[in-house]
Amino acid sequence: MKITGAELFVKALRKERVDTIFAYPGGQAIDLFNALYGVEDIRVILPRHEQGLIHAADGYARSTGRVGVCLVTSGPGATNLVTGIATANYDCVPLVCFMGQVPTGLIGNDAFQEVDIVGITRSICKYAVTVRRREDLAGTIKKAFIIAQTGKPGVVVVDLPKDIQRECGSDIYPNSVEIRGYKPCVSVHTGQLKRAMELLYSAKRPVFLVGGGVNIGRAGVEMQKLAEITGAPVVTTIMGKGAVPASHALYAGNIGIHGSYAANTAVGRCDVLFSIGTRFNDRITGKTGQFANGASIVHIDIDAASISRNIAVDIPIVADAKAAITALLEMAEPLDIEEWRGQVSAWKKRYPITMKKKGLTPEKIIHAINRIFGRAVITTDVGQNQLWATQFLDLGAERRMLTSGGLGTMGYGFPAAIGAKLGNPGTDVVVITGDGGMQMNSQEMATAVVYELPITVCILNNGYLGNVRQWQEMFYDRRYSSTCMRWRKSCEAGCNKPGKKCPAYTPDFVKLAESYGARGIRVTDEKDIDRALEEAKSRRDVPTVIEFIIAREENVMPIVPPGNALEDMILEVEEERAQQRKRAGKSIMVERE
Amino acid sequence: MNSMKKRWLCLYVENEIGVLARISGLFSGKSYNLDSLTVGVTEDKSISRMTIGLTGDDRTFEQVKKQLNRCVEVIKVVDHTDTAVHRKELMFVRIDGCSEREREEIFRIAQVFDAPVIDCGRDAVLMESVKPERDNDRLIALLRECYVNRIEIARGGSVALEAL
Repeated sequence: MKITGAELFVKALRKERVDTIFAYPGGQAIDLFNALYGVEDIRVILPRHEQGLIHAADGYARSTGRVGVCLVTSGPGATNLVTGIATANYDCVPLVCFMGQVPTGLIGNDAFQEVDIVGITRSICKYAVTVRRREDLAGTIKKAFIIAQTGKPGVVVVDLPKDIQRECGSDIYPNSVEIRGYKPCVSVHTGQLKRAMELLYSAKRPVFLVGGGVNIGRAGVEMQKLAEITGAPVVTTIMGKGAVPASHALYAGNIGIHGSYAANTAVGRCDVLFSIGTRFNDRITGKTGQFANGASIVHIDIDAASISRNIAVDIPIVADAKAAITALLEMAEPLDIEEWRGQVSAWKKRYPITMKKKGLTPEKIIHAINRIFGRAVITTDVGQNQLWATQFLDLGAERRMLTSGGLGTMGYGFPAAIGAKLGNPGTDVVVITGDGGMQMNSQEMATAVVYELPITVCILNNGYLGNVRQWQEMFYDRRYSSTCMRWRKSCEAGCNKPGKKCPAYTPDFVKLAESYGARGIRVTDEKDIDRALEEAKSRRDVPTVIEFIIAREENVMPIVPPGNALEDMILEVEEERAQQRKRAGKSIMVERE
Repeated sequence: MNSMKKRWLCLYVENEIGVLARISGLFSGKSYNLDSLTVGVTEDKSISRMTIGLTGDDRTFEQVKKQLNRCVEVIKVVDHTDTAVHRKELMFVRIDGCSEREREEIFRIAQVFDAPVIDCGRDAVLMESVKPERDNDRLIALLRECYVNRIEIARGGSVALEAL
């Protein structure tokens, strides 16, 4: 039977068992929307901005493990997806983004709403393609779904010219296609794994470094078993947190520039670093020349290009995390490393990450979230809110976190929560965001309200772009350049002292929420934290925005100053400030034991 | 171990629109140095073959190969560095403002370098050289010295095939 390209598109979605798509219409996508009209088994979600749309699809995909599907029009519709494509691709989220395009005959003519979106996105996605012939449509869509979700997952862009959408052709959608240039890693090299295990057995001070690959591969249970059998301490990257429960005795914390003392020190002093599913990004290595100095390094990753790029590795293994860990479990035996284990847990006890402060602190808010929300998906924005979340959230199999770890995209948290809630209607979804990031996609409040999604949005409002302000405070002589969100034209020039005279915050988040028909609560006192969260949790069909007014110059500690090795971290900024006053400028390093 | 040296790659890629942009964009986006790149269709019309020359250290070169292998459009990456291959580059050189004596001289150079004169005007000469890249470099160096500011060069980039 002959059907239009648009009809084939709908058929393809059905065959791929897509039940939800995130879509925003426009002139060059109108035929696709027409074909979707009245289709009952595919839910079409209409966000309020394409950037919110793709972050929602991303949140849906990360929280369900399924492919997130976007559909937008050409030109601005397509370019508005760009940040979201880079965000998702960097964190290995499987998305297929369909975009309308001007008819093939007009491509290159500077037609209305024409952009070369394949050219624009080529370097930030896994694969991008324009369908140029109707007979290629089915195969290309099949290829897109295969590439997005196999191997190291990623984003595929499919550019669909309008004439292809309208042209009649075959109705066949293939069950498989051959992609000769695409060979995702499927096997595990047992010889290398054996060598890795032998190295581990020879270790006196081994550490498992668990990255996002373990979470993406859903290998947390296996990873926990491996840690428990061997008894080796576990540290994680931000993206790997929760793979082994954060409350686990063997867990020493995150490593990196805001990692825990125990984790960073353990990596600095270990003799074997057994890493799985991390790309050794600069946020976790600190000064690379001194990273895990003296340790032999095992690196298991699905992406050959991640291995030996930033850090030289002794035993490289290209493999899927789950397959590798499962194979390792068969060889795993207890290690005789009691003393080392004791040392790491002593560091953990002696230098816990805590804010030790009176009043409404991010630590107390996040601990309350841990307490009140059991099984939950928690999304974060980017900046201090994200870093506090990664420090204080008690993550594990029950409580998972979605965060933009690679690209660090402000405005991610709230729309991602919308996608997560749509994909997990029975699970509580909580957003931890800042006043800056919330404003980058606050228009999605309308989406959350119209789809009746009871999401809890926690805005940690300090009236600053706090992470940059912290850097300005610590490393740029308190020159608060463009970071104050309460600034007004009438303010004194060069002000770097927040105080009672500061102008009111714009917008009023409570009124903003209410204007959308959402619930708005402002919390200024720590005793109201639980009540606000419990009220939000009890809502069944409306989002709640809780604005927590936190101290304006709250910092994320500890911190590894730029250019330092991981072990050279500043634990306490108060201490640091006092020292600075004393001996003008030189930062203190933590005393080594 | 981390020595900068000349490397050669042979790439089999899908013969599709945008593939050249994908490959060249990878080099520029990741700040890999690229000396030359040639591309042409193979005996199989759906596949193009690229010959890429680059200068880099071992670590960067390993990354380049891995990154190329990651591209869906790349079917196969073959390292031609330090392997037996036939590799040649087509080059045209035009020399202007030649006197009678200079023309004779150029004909002699052409003989020595095995780079025939293929066209000749009243005061201009056009040479063709099909040689390994380095031989062409040597010829250019000589001509540049002898005929200052009078030469025009068109180089095609190298193509290569494994030796038998």
